Amino acid sequence: MFKTASGEEIFVIDGHTHLWDASNDNHRNIHGTQFIDCFYAYHANLSPPENRWPKDKFYDYGPDAMYHDLFVDGYDDMAILQPTYLKEFYKRGFNTTEQNAVMKERYPDRFILNGAFDPRDGEEGLDALSALAETYKIKGVKLYTAEWKGASKGWKLTDDWAQRYLEHCGKLGIVNIHVHKGPTIIPLNRDAFDVADIDDAATSFPNLNFIVEHCGLPRLDDFCWIATQETNVYGGLAVALPFIHTRPGYFAHVIAELLYWIGPDKILFGSDYAIWTPRWLIDKFMAFELPEEVKRETGVDLTLETKKKILGLNAARLYGIDIATQKKRLAAERRVAAE
Amino acid sequence: MVAEERGGREAEVRARLASVSDPELDEPVTDLGFVTRIAVSPGGQVEIGFRLPTYWCAANFAFMMAEDMRAAAAALPWVSAVRVVLDEHMYAETVNRAMAEGLSFREAFGPEADDDLAEIRSIFAVKSFQRRLLSLIEHLRAEKIGTERLVALTLDQLSLLPLGSKGVWLRARYLEKRAIAGPAGGDDPAFITHEGTALTRTMLPSYLRDCRRVAINGEFNGALCRGLLVARYGEESCAAAGMTEAGADSSGVIRPLPEPTLHDFLRAAARATWSVAS
Repeated sequence: MFKTASGEEIFVIDGHTHLWDASNDNHRNIHGTQFIDCFYAYHANLSPPENRWPKDKFYDYGPDAMYHDLFVDGYDDMAILQPTYLKEFYKRGFNTTEQNAVMKERYPDRFILNGAFDPRDGEEGLDALSALAETYKIKGVKLYTAEWKGASKGWKLTDDWAQRYLEHCGKLGIVNIHVHKGPTIIPLNRDAFDVADIDDAATSFPNLNFIVEHCGLPRLDDFCWIATQETNVYGGLAVALPFIHTRPGYFAHVIAELLYWIGPDKILFGSDYAIWTPRWLIDKFMAFELPEEVKRETGVDLTLETKKKILGLNAARLYGIDIATQKKRLAAERRVAAE
Repeated sequence: MVAEERGGREAEVRARLASVSDPELDEPVTDLGFVTRIAVSPGGQVEIGFRLPTYWCAANFAFMMAEDMRAAAAALPWVSAVRVVLDEHMYAETVNRAMAEGLSFREAFGPEADDDLAEIRSIFAVKSFQRRLLSLIEHLRAEKIGTERLVALTLDQLSLLPLGSKGVWLRARYLEKRAIAGPAGGDDPAFITHEGTALTRTMLPSYLRDCRRVAINGEFNGALCRGLLVARYGEESCAAAGMTEAGADSSGVIRPLPEPTLHDFLRAAARATWSVAS
């Protein structure tokens, strides 16, 4: 919960968090090491110095630190757990649904647990997705299209099998499809970050919501264009938001473009924990105002109402969270814990 | 060969590499801190080492930069052979083998590629055209050249406008890309859309908004990539490789690069950490 200077309470749903295991004994190969080191470069580059972690903590921080960073030190009221399997790089997987479920089991009212699918798993994977939906009652999946599998180094939402999986999601009540575009999509001669397949999928599946993580960065320009055409395309702020500290001028332009093209109802806050931690992100976001010349040029503003939507109301709508009920539940939990 | 002569040749190679841009960031590879070593043998063989902000950077961009650097260095009259070596990248081996054996992208990547790089090159050439057009027009407007006059300018007239050093640089950058958008004779309009339509007074604002979106994205990626490179290799290493501050400020205006001086050439020569024994 973030409280404004005037005492107003802002309910925060962190749209993008992980409990990963990148400890050395879990690295399967050089790619595993390079993957976490790349995450660490994002962390080290964009975090304020006082929020920078040592590398060994970043490799493996565990559930207690996560709870503390999100809910005790941080302003999160709830958080969405997004898996990233990477079984080709990590022996036990990097951040599977089962790994994330540890948090959901410990703190059921704090977390929304999402699953994942990989269309290259064929029929078997469809059954696995059904089982996942049944075990964890998931309403969302996180898709990482750059995941390696055998000889394949990625897939697209327009692949035949991906279409079958999306259809299956609709039947299972999995309506929120978080998409993370990573590099190395085959064929390699094309733009590795091309977001056109999201456009196609969003048109084919109007019953599903497509939340494009990192706002389609590094293709924000193409993403904004697509998101205006499709009413069921959303943007997740992870990666863009940390620029609020190192390059506030760029952040102002990026958030203004997003507000102009996709509007305040379709942008979701996400810390991408543990790449970044919510406390400093939200402190800076709440204190941030668009410079006058950006407001003038784009005709948009980042008002308190808009901030509330981005920080929690939009995600609550997508996941069917009734904020008043949820607040009471969390308050009751705190009382029990205090006794 | 004496040391000064070799240093001079290394500086010549570096100056040539400054004409090679990262296709996505539209900034010279030398300013981005990507080039880690330039070495010249007495027989005119050149070796260029380069690196990227992450192990995962897109293979096609890595390949384009390698190919462009090889061609840029090979254009020097005294160069007998060029070797380009990419370090610490998931596709380093493939790219390096392709450079050593002169393979095309498709030959190098086989079934992982279904075509060569013409399409992606053209997509990013358009983005670069749009960014450069925006920067130049913003500069000209700041110099009090009104919209009416801007849209009426021919290429010849644009070339003759008296401009300061920044304007000259922005104009040269724009003109480099102008031909990809449409006919570029002296009497053709200076400012056209990337699809070749002459810009009118009424079209200009919305077209500039489109260009702005492309520019913001490009600048954002440029800032991110610089930061990742520093996080990966350290400040000192990036400064030694010639990394400059992000080429654009928050208002989206690209700063001109100063003309290289003798001092720059000497510094570049001193930076080359590896050289073929003479």
